[in-house]
Amino acid sequence: MKPKTLYDKLWDMHEVTQMKDGTSLLYIDRHILHEVTSAQAFEGLRENNRKPWRVDSCIATPDHNVPTTQRQAGMEGVEDAVSRIQILALDSNCSEFGIREYKLNDIRQGIVHVIGPEQGLTLPGMTLVCGDSHTSTHGAFACLAQGIGTSDVEHVLATQCVAQKKFGNMLINIEGDLPRGVSAKDMILYIIGKIGTAGATGMATEFAGSAIRALSMEGRMTICNMAIEAGSRVGMIAYDEVTFDYIRGRAHSPKGDLERQARRSWENLHSDVGAKFDAIYEFDAADISPHVSWGTSPEMVIPINGTVPDPSQQETPDARENYFQALNYMGLIAGQKITDVPLDRIFVGSCTNSRIEDIRSVAEIVKGKHIATSIKQAMVVPGSGLVKQQAEDEGLDKVLLDAGFEWRDPGCSMCVAINSDKSLPGEHCASTSNRNFEGRQGHGSRTHLVSPQMAAAAALAGHFIDIREII
Amino acid sequence: MEAFKTHRGLVIPFNRANIDTDVMLPKQYLKSIKKTGYGDWLFDGLRYLDEGDINTDTSTRTINPDFVLNVPRYKGGSILVAGDNFGCGSSREHAPWAIRDFGIKVVIAPSFADIFYNNCFKNGVLPIQLSSQNVSSLFDQIDTHEGYELQINLELQSILLLDGTHLPFDIDPPQREQLLNGSDAISLTLSHQDTIIRFEEQHRKVAPWLFNSSTV
Repeated sequence: MKPKTLYDKLWDMHEVTQMKDGTSLLYIDRHILHEVTSAQAFEGLRENNRKPWRVDSCIATPDHNVPTTQRQAGMEGVEDAVSRIQILALDSNCSEFGIREYKLNDIRQGIVHVIGPEQGLTLPGMTLVCGDSHTSTHGAFACLAQGIGTSDVEHVLATQCVAQKKFGNMLINIEGDLPRGVSAKDMILYIIGKIGTAGATGMATEFAGSAIRALSMEGRMTICNMAIEAGSRVGMIAYDEVTFDYIRGRAHSPKGDLERQARRSWENLHSDVGAKFDAIYEFDAADISPHVSWGTSPEMVIPINGTVPDPSQQETPDARENYFQALNYMGLIAGQKITDVPLDRIFVGSCTNSRIEDIRSVAEIVKGKHIATSIKQAMVVPGSGLVKQQAEDEGLDKVLLDAGFEWRDPGCSMCVAINSDKSLPGEHCASTSNRNFEGRQGHGSRTHLVSPQMAAAAALAGHFIDIREII
Repeated sequence: MEAFKTHRGLVIPFNRANIDTDVMLPKQYLKSIKKTGYGDWLFDGLRYLDEGDINTDTSTRTINPDFVLNVPRYKGGSILVAGDNFGCGSSREHAPWAIRDFGIKVVIAPSFADIFYNNCFKNGVLPIQLSSQNVSSLFDQIDTHEGYELQINLELQSILLLDGTHLPFDIDPPQREQLLNGSDAISLTLSHQDTIIRFEEQHRKVAPWLFNSSTV
């Protein structure tokens, strides 16, 4: 039999039919919905008198536009009237169409890409979609997960399929051991810095190699989460024992005979020896150091001991202009050491880094210490109610509060800044999120993407420092 | 959806790479649960000097006179020419809705991000990928000719330039058909309903654990 990539296998398992024009219908096993990209899709169903094809494949939760305080008050805690309408719209749509929802005051509520895996709703070998580009996160479980727009949210609700052409196959192989103090986040920032934000456009990207296999599921999710920042809608990692151990016993994961049957099938979820990729990148984990983004695109990253690049040294006029604009927006000077940039805010959270492991790593660094007086705000926003509970059971909330951090309720928060968690114009924020676009964390905000460990160390110092010097 | 066959219009140059969907339609407008009405917020952070939100009357806001959408010679433009990797980042369909509501029918760039590119077709906006050389030469021509217009024929996959030359462009046949017919993708897929049902039955036998989760 012809050797297949992991993506080929997942595709073949779900291709319903190929139409005359070359587009395929791909069957969708899991559909995750949230308040910001679903209202218009439900409206479309109503306008056309359609019903969801398979409600048991759907799960909904509000996350993008929820406040991260006063959660115990439920809807009463949502002060912004416009936000309240949007969250209530999700509630009423789910109730109208019979879709299960983890509502605002449910302990299972959280960021869509945290709760899917946490509940065992994300499983190996499945196809999964959500109206959010970071849906690539779930690919860490050897499934085919992708972000879709609102038209496709409606399309999947109505037909249980997406209509699309197959992507190309890309392999990013990272061998060797990550140096001490270097995390999955640094790994993916490094990769995006090397291949660029359009480096994997049109590709389904598999991350492989000994450095990937050595990561926990949390680390693997961080990697796949940012596949989209390299242009790839799909990020994937092969199934192994680490995957299985994470899934086992979760609320919705298969049990008993079904688990044994599923496990046999999951063992095959890897690229075959000799499978053909359209593009391959090879990296050595030993080359990776802690990274910080300096500009307004996730490819604009430098190692912690690096300096802000000089636009005039760029090869093309477009790149020079691009770098110049980014420096101007960020208020930085070419040649400046990134460790010299004073920071205003620290944000630990988002679908990239808000899981228990991330919170533990921050607590470990700040334990018994205090954030710098120059820091206006440092906040930790757990990815779900269950992550929050777990952290509190471990006493991490106390450690963080004693160190001067705010301990918030779960949601997307300052990663997307739709709610009231924002940076102010001109402020520099060390953020564990995924995008440093202009205005992303608030009008005029200046984002520096880093790992949780680096954000924690920066909170203590008031500026970035090399985490390797303090651990 | 409105069908798209041909379009003639004034061209707006936005010579910048990696224009992301956050810049196209900033976060504060994602609170809207409507499908239309986003035009006044397109490129909001660049277009206005003050910060607005969903409740702000846009007529009271301070215009940034330097931003290309506010430059008088580009007023009424309906074709946008931009740099590489246009539409990267968030999957928000609010971004192409803002493009459409502003009155832009065609976006031309050397490359597009995948989700945005696909979202355009679902909203009657034609994204055209041209070579970097062609785009760069378009920028030069727009710069030197005030009132620079292009005529686009989707059926012929051709752009008629002001100097009379025709520039061909590639587009996937299904996406071309979708725009030409203004067809509803869901109806098209539902015409394969029986095939989907048969697939689903088989899939349930092969992977029953994927049909196992309760609805509570």
